[in-house]
Formats: sequence, C-alpha cells, structure tokens
Amino acid sequence: MSESKALSFHVPAPAVRPGGTPDFSDVKISSAGEVERPPVDVAPEKIREHAFKIIRVLDRNSQAVGPWAGLLSDAELLEGLRHMMTLRAFDARMQMAQRQGKTSFYMQHMGEEAVSCAFRKALEKGDMNFPTYRQAGLLIADGYPMLDMMNQIYSNELDPMKGRQLPVMYSSREHGFFSISGNLATQYIQAVGWAMASAIKGDSRIAAGWIGDGSTAESDFHAALVFASTYKAPVVLNIVNNQWAISTFQGIARGGSGTFAARGLGFGIPALRVDGNDYPAVHAVAKWAVERARRNLGPTLVEYVTYRVGAHSTSDDPSAYRPKTESDGWPLGDPVLRLKNHLILRGVWSEERHKQAEAEIMSEVIAVQKEAETHGTLHTGPHPSARDMFEGVFEEMPPHLRRQRQQGGV
Amino acid sequence: MPRKTMVEAIRDAMDVCMKRDDNVVVFGEDVGYFGGVFRCTQGLQQKYGSNRVFDTPINESGIVGAAVGMAAYGLRPCVEIQFADYMYPAYDQIVSEAARLRYRSNGQFIAPIVVRMPTGGGIFGGQTHSQSPEALFTHVSGLKTVVPSNPYDAKGLLISAIEDNDPVIFLEPKRLYNGPFDGHHERPVTPWARHALGEVPDGHYTVPLGKAAIRREGSAVTVLAYGTMVYVAEAAAEETSIDAEIIDLRTLLPYDLDTIVASVKKTGRCVVVHEATLTSGYGAELSALVQENCFYNLEAPVMRVTGWDTPYPHAQEWDYFPGPARVGRALKAVMEA
Ligand SMILES: Cc1ncc(C[n+]2csc(CCOP(=O)(O)OP(=O)(O)O)c2C)c(N)n1
Repeated sequence: MSESKALSFHVPAPAVRPGGTPDFSDVKISSAGEVERPPVDVAPEKIREHAFKIIRVLDRNSQAVGPWAGLLSDAELLEGLRHMMTLRAFDARMQMAQRQGKTSFYMQHMGEEAVSCAFRKALEKGDMNFPTYRQAGLLIADGYPMLDMMNQIYSNELDPMKGRQLPVMYSSREHGFFSISGNLATQYIQAVGWAMASAIKGDSRIAAGWIGDGSTAESDFHAALVFASTYKAPVVLNIVNNQWAISTFQGIARGGSGTFAARGLGFGIPALRVDGNDYPAVHAVAKWAVERARRNLGPTLVEYVTYRVGAHSTSDDPSAYRPKTESDGWPLGDPVLRLKNHLILRGVWSEERHKQAEAEIMSEVIAVQKEAETHGTLHTGPHPSARDMFEGVFEEMPPHLRRQRQQGGV
Repeated sequence: MPRKTMVEAIRDAMDVCMKRDDNVVVFGEDVGYFGGVFRCTQGLQQKYGSNRVFDTPINESGIVGAAVGMAAYGLRPCVEIQFADYMYPAYDQIVSEAARLRYRSNGQFIAPIVVRMPTGGGIFGGQTHSQSPEALFTHVSGLKTVVPSNPYDAKGLLISAIEDNDPVIFLEPKRLYNGPFDGHHERPVTPWARHALGEVPDGHYTVPLGKAAIRREGSAVTVLAYGTMVYVAEAAAEETSIDAEIIDLRTLLPYDLDTIVASVKKTGRCVVVHEATLTSGYGAELSALVQENCFYNLEAPVMRVTGWDTPYPHAQEWDYFPGPARVGRALKAVMEA
C-alpha cells in the first residue's frame, strides 16, 4: 500500500509584482563572444547547448567580440541604428496620435527594435516574413513607406487595407510582409507552408515565421514545428521572448522547459538563443539561420531574448502587473543605446551626431504624419468608402452580398 | 460515356487539375502512398510524385495552415481532412485565415485552396464519422461551400473549386461514394454504374459554383435538398405520389436564390431537408430566404426535415437519419396545411 499525500497545484508566478524590486537574477546571461559559431550544416544534436546560452556580440564596454562579430560594415551598422531610431520615433508619434484620438489603437516596439530591424537585413528580396503585430521594423528596414503605415493606422482614404483592418495589421507582398492576423500563432504554420511551396517549386526563396513567447503555447506553434521538421522546410522560426504576454509572465507559457529555444530540440530543429537587444548579434544569427534555409539544410528555431519595455498596447497598463521600473533593471539594456555606444567606440558616431539624427528623424516622421493626416484620421477627414466594406470578401461579389450592399444604401 | 463512382470522379477531377496546372498540390493524412482511406487520391502520388501528392502529420490545423501559406506563395492546394468530423482543429485556420485573407490584405494575398472532407451519415459512423458541419462554413464570410450528390457533379464541381480563386469547402457525402442512397438501408445499394449521373466525361469540364440543379420537376411542392438527401427526397416523392419539385442545391454558398424562388413561386409550398441537426442549421437560412422572397406565394409554412438536435448516435442510426418515411410525412403535411 503506497501512502498518498494530498496533491498540490502549481501555478508559476513572476519573481516580482508591482511595488517589488525588479529582479532578473534568474536570467542566465552568457558573456559576449562566449558562444561558439558552428558551421551552418552542423548536426542539430551537436549544438544543443545553443538552445540554453545567449549569443552576444556587444560587450559591456560596447566592443564587438567573439565569433559572431564583424559581419557588418560601419555603414550597415549606422543604417541599422537609423532604422531602430526611426521605428522608435514612429512609435512615439503613433502612440501619441492614439492618445489624441486620431486612431483607436496602437502597439509599440520599445526595447525590441533590434529584432525586426536587424533580421530584415539578413533576408533577400523575395523572401517572405509571416510577422506578428510587433515587427514593424521589418517594414522600416526594407524601406516600406512610412506614409502607408500611417495611412493604415489612421484608416484614412489612402489606407492600403481600405479601413478593414485594426491599426498596425499591415500587409505588403512587395516588401515580403505577410498580412497580419489578429489570431495569434496562425501565421507560424503558414510560414512553414510558404517555405514548403518554395521547396516544391525548386525556388531559392525562404520564409520566416514570427511568434511571441506567450503565443508559443498555441497549437499552431506545435503544428509549425512538426511540419517544418518533417519536410525540412526552408524557414526560420523566430520566437521573440520579451518576457511578457500582456500581463502574463513568460513562465506561464514556458513551464518547466529551460528555454523557448529548447522546444526545437525535440523536433530535431537546431535552436539558438540570441541577445535580442544586440543588433549585430541578431543580424549574425539571422544570417546563419537564413543561410541554412537557403542551402536547403532545413529550419532553424531562434529565440530572441529581449524585454517589452512599453505597455502591451494602448489598451494596456503594465503597472497593474509588474514593477514600474522593471525595464530599467533589464540586464540586456537598450538596443538603440548599445549600438549607438558601439558606433561611438568605433569612431564613426558621436553623442552630437546622435542628437542631431534623433531630431532629424523625428521631424521626418512628423512631416510624414502631417501628410498622412491630410488624408484623414479615424474620426475626421476622408476615409474609405462604405462600398469598400463589401469588396474583396470574394474575388467576385456574389449576389447575396450585392443585395446587402444595396440594402446598405451604398 | 465512361461510368465512374463518386470516388473515381473525385480522383479524376484532381488528376485533370494536376495535369493542367503544376501549381495544384494534394496532401492530407494517408492521401499519398496509400491513396486515401476512401481511395480518392489513389495512384496520384505515383503519377505526379511526392512533391505534389504527399502524406502529412496528423494535424488538421497544420494541413490547412500550410495550405494557406502555400496559396500565399502561389500554389493551389487541394487538401483532405479525413472526416468532416475532424475539421475542428483546422477551424481557426479556415475561418480566421483562409476565409479572410483576401479581405484583410485587400487582395494582396489570396487563399485559392480547396478543403475536401467526407461528410454525412448513414454508414454507422457514430458520433465522429457522420457529422454534417456545413452550417459552420456557410456562416463564415469569405468561404464557398459545396456539396455534390453524384459523380458527374462531383467532378465538375471539384474542378471548378480547384480553379476558383477563393477558398472552397468541398463536402463529399461518403454514403454516396459508391452509389446513390435513398435512405432504404434495408435494400441493396445500386452502384453508380446503373445511374445516369454516373456517366462522367473524360478530361476537363466544369459545373459552375453557385448554380442549383432541378432533379425532378414538379408542381405541388418544392423540396430543397443537397447531398444524400436528394435521393431520399426522390424516394419520398415517389412513395407519396406527391408531385414534388426537387432542387439539388449543389453549392450552399453562394446559393442559387433565383432557382429556389422561381420554384417556390410556382409550387407555393416548400420543404427543406438535410442530415445536419435542426437548430441554426443551413435549413434555417433556406427557410428564412423562402419566407422573405416568396411570402405572398406561400400556401403553407415552410417545413424542415433534418437530423435531431443530438450528437449523431450509433445504434439509433435509422431513427436519426431523416429517411424517406419522415420526408414523406412532411410532404403530406405541407400539402394538407
Ligand atoms: C488566438 C488568440 N488568443 C488571444 C488573443 C489576445 N491577445 C492578443 S496579444 C496577446 C498576448 C501575446 O503575447 P506574446 O505572444 O508574448 O507577444 P507580445 O505581445 O509580447 O509581443 C493576447 C493574449 C489573440 N489575439 N488571439
């Protein structure tokens, strides 16, 4: 007869709540340059440790060190800095526009700018991203017109989505940016399908899937990993671990697993973790994974370790669930500052030039914003027609919809 | 003309489309090497290679999700869900993604996919091999929903579906795979070889989506049916000697309102039949449409004969399935009303 005790129920909780002192002592940070850079055709089982360490290039003294360093020229790094600064300025203006009632909703990237901006530069024209709502850097780094982004956010007469989509749910086939869905994780398996199609056709283009830490718990995360593994699809599967899913700390999605990257190991998918606030590191790891895919070596899982500095969205108030100053304690710092300091150390940038660039970029963003507003904002000025609402449900409007449009009087 | 079963006609449709268009790919659980649990894809992998016809992991969301991604790339996936009863894990991908992709991206990305799934009861399939979930698709903006009732239509409609640039749910009444079935389960099945609609031309032809077919002309009452219930309605008309006009809807969305309205205006009476459960079923939509469009021509309330509002049972199959006796009673009732 075995003696049985009462069971107890386990619900993970973050180390600190509002009022507490931020504590990231449980985040194990590898030092810059420490993690080895394997050949792209490495067998997944040889790099299991990469799923637990953190690949980093920029060290505490802003030096670029180790085997993942040195892939980008000064000009490329300066361009990267500009992209991140542009995204930050864009966020600031759109956040404010929402507060001013010019749109209903916005989601910012504060603290995560390096992830999408650096990743885009590892891709080629024709590759396809399947992003979430927090990778607008993919568009900015690819030169997608900011005006179109704002028009979408304002749902104005020039909104490329004709006012049908919630703000920030962009879409641009031309810029390799798949239409964003409100339903989490659905795009992850679609990215795998796109990559399978490219392989079926003997193409050379690859796909990238994107997901947040919280959304890895969705079934489609699993579906994507199974299909990617089975068919060795040319896809890079990105997990942006910003520690939070709205109010839910990452431990709720991660459970007992050491890291999110480690989820790839059971599928035989090589998995790497990278410092998401380290522009050159993100770029180097992205390049490695993209090259694997391009050389038909199959999928790679990449976890970007970062921190969601801002609120989840304009409808969220993080002070209700985490310490107000938590982001200050984040050990991986700020991606813009870190790259800025590195460029200063390299002698190609200065505090002055940074300030000047900040002002320049901001006035550029404001100028575009002014232009966008001449085409209307959500509640004022020109907007998409009610007729547009009935178009595009199908390729051709079926009779029942035509009747409804008539009833609607448009 | 060659005679084919519905299974052969469906396979032939995929064969024709794959031959004509390199972008057509076929996949699902057991559809590759083995050729499908109902043999609908038999021989296709051999003919077109595993690049274009292949087995998938058992993950319906994965099957449809991958198909959406492939369609965004430019392929035309025709995928199989082994039983309609197992489409629920894929429902998010169907409703939130495939159906809305064109709309939400303003046409930048489209999802020209076909999701084939065997549907309906009458085979002692119990709760999870008998369901008729069509109302869960017709309620979704952006989807087309098709239910063929015979080999000729099955091939022509499936070719139309594969060539259509919108996502199509293609429900195959598995009770009809080998022969028409009028609900008289005690009698032997007649094979398609002995039915006029078992004649299936070789090569390419289409049956347009959104067009109903009148299976039996009549003047007393209009019966709106699709799938297996077309034959049940025919038997009921025969056995009651009521001169029913039987319309096989073929496409549930977009529906063929003109054919429906013209018939009900002529007969003044209408019975709607389907296997699916009653409440909020597709019959409710049909009934409302008839009422809205033919109110002044109606001489009796529109009646519905459907499956009961219960899960599909096993032992009580023939008490559940709306057979010719139940449909016949409704025909009489509507004539006497
Ligand atoms: C299927 C689904 N469930 C719930 C939501 C509501 N929701 C929107 S964002 C979000 C949190 C996602 O967190 P994470 O994946 O970590 O991404 P992050 O917002 O941190 O970038 C939730 C629960 C949704 N959009 N879709």
